Amino acid sequence: MRFNYTQPIIEVKNLVKKFGSFTANDHLTFTVSRGEVFGFLGANGAGKTTAIRILCGLSKATSGQVFINGVDANTKPERVKKMIGYMSQQFSLYNDLTVEENIRFFGGIYGLSSKEISQRSEQLFKRLEVIDLKNRLIATIPLGWKQKLAFSIAILHRPAVVFLDEPTGGVDPITRRQFWELIYEAGNEGITVFVTTHYMDEAEYCDRVCILAEGVVQAMGTPESLKKKWQVDSVDDLFIQIASGNRLKNA
Amino acid sequence: MNMITIRDISKSYNELPALKRINLQIDRGELFGVIGPDGAGKTSFFRILATLILPDTGSVEIDGLDGVHDYKKIRKLIGYMPGRFSLYHDLTVKENLLFYASVFAVSLKKNYELIRDIMQPLEPFMQRRAGQLSGGMKQKLALSCALIHRPGLLILDEPTTGVDAVSRSEFWNHLKRLKSYGMTLLVSTPYMDEAARCDRLMLLQEGEVLGVGTPEELLSDYNAAIFTVRAEPWYNLLRAFRQDNRFETVFAFGRSVHISSKDPEWSTSGQIVKAVRTMGFQEVHVEQVAPTIEDCFIRLMTSL
Repeated sequence: MRFNYTQPIIEVKNLVKKFGSFTANDHLTFTVSRGEVFGFLGANGAGKTTAIRILCGLSKATSGQVFINGVDANTKPERVKKMIGYMSQQFSLYNDLTVEENIRFFGGIYGLSSKEISQRSEQLFKRLEVIDLKNRLIATIPLGWKQKLAFSIAILHRPAVVFLDEPTGGVDPITRRQFWELIYEAGNEGITVFVTTHYMDEAEYCDRVCILAEGVVQAMGTPESLKKKWQVDSVDDLFIQIASGNRLKNA
Repeated sequence: MNMITIRDISKSYNELPALKRINLQIDRGELFGVIGPDGAGKTSFFRILATLILPDTGSVEIDGLDGVHDYKKIRKLIGYMPGRFSLYHDLTVKENLLFYASVFAVSLKKNYELIRDIMQPLEPFMQRRAGQLSGGMKQKLALSCALIHRPGLLILDEPTTGVDAVSRSEFWNHLKRLKSYGMTLLVSTPYMDEAARCDRLMLLQEGEVLGVGTPEELLSDYNAAIFTVRAEPWYNLLRAFRQDNRFETVFAFGRSVHISSKDPEWSTSGQIVKAVRTMGFQEVHVEQVAPTIEDCFIRLMTSL
């Protein structure tokens, strides 16, 4: 086992989020363990982004509880923000800063000392084998490298959890697989990875997946156990079955 | 007869090559896929076919018409849906449809049967401004506008990027139906799992053609066995494979590792089990898996 189920890092209990009369998240309950790679799947509009914003301390739940590494995200969002890393498809590296300047900037924001920043950027350059990119502007480096850098910077401060919102869009398959190895490496070092994706094969890469439709958890478990339970060949088939089932119900 | 004949086209931007000497023929009525990551040259390729930009070298012929001299005729013949949403945000759904119909001098009614299925979920929102539609709805409206004049050739640049798996599947069903009307369809996508939906494919990487063929042909060209290997601790297994140069490809795949080798010594599950045991792992599970288009793509990329 790479991770320990007795060490929950994300604990969500009966999370409800309403916007007026619309229920975006309807009693979500799940836990994610230390070092686990957790896939959070759902069709566009299923309520993923709403839930992630609450988990990151950016938005408050209407009711229910969210703990990140034991800290209540509803009452102590500022403490939660320090314990997490975040990367989206529109990753937020600064195009007109160099690679090194970006690392210094984000390291500073997360309160790392100059010494820590220097050490960790050395490690980062070594791990990614990109020392020659150090002084290049972000705008001038290939997309695949930007993604790997954005991820490495999102975990520079050794967060308890890193949230990845569709991180791999548009890159070639080799880069995509290398990116997933960085994800596993982070999981192996004890960082919990919470990831959303439209690539259904990536769902198979996760330790566990949760499929959301209409704000409700419709399925949760390891890809293997879910495929067995729903008698399908792939997570893709399962996803389509669940999401289109909900659509038919509402038609 | 060919719908599209492409002879030796190249395109560069500020000396940065985007397309390198592409030759291709696409049959009438074909559903043809162009698959490649961002920066592969998909958009440049489609914009040349849509007569929006000129290639530096080479020529394009569409339905017997020359891409340069007959561009006006070609534009009447094709429907083009660019990658970025390009309808008018401040016009309503209906106004957008009417506008596109008027540009091509057809009535909305005339070809409505072609887009009825696609438009059906949008019908309650005919008076809504296009800018306020959800992503999936925008995509359906854009497709409808591209079809309004019943084009013989439909060019769709990454219509499914960023769209969830269910909407993607629905979208491909629409394309299949359009094909049944005899339309030629050219579709680009970064999702390799959509490859199987095409009659033929071109795999594109950094402006270069890696391969052209039916999905079956491309898969049958993959001449190495792929194995999925499980053993604990999983991460150590991955590292052990990485350090071993007998394997051609080694990739993490969930809690297992996918490996391939051209070496006949490593071509059966039994041989792999033995090899992994000698690396010091106990309970070893090995299973041969069928290659996917993505595996083919990786193989072709690394052999460039």
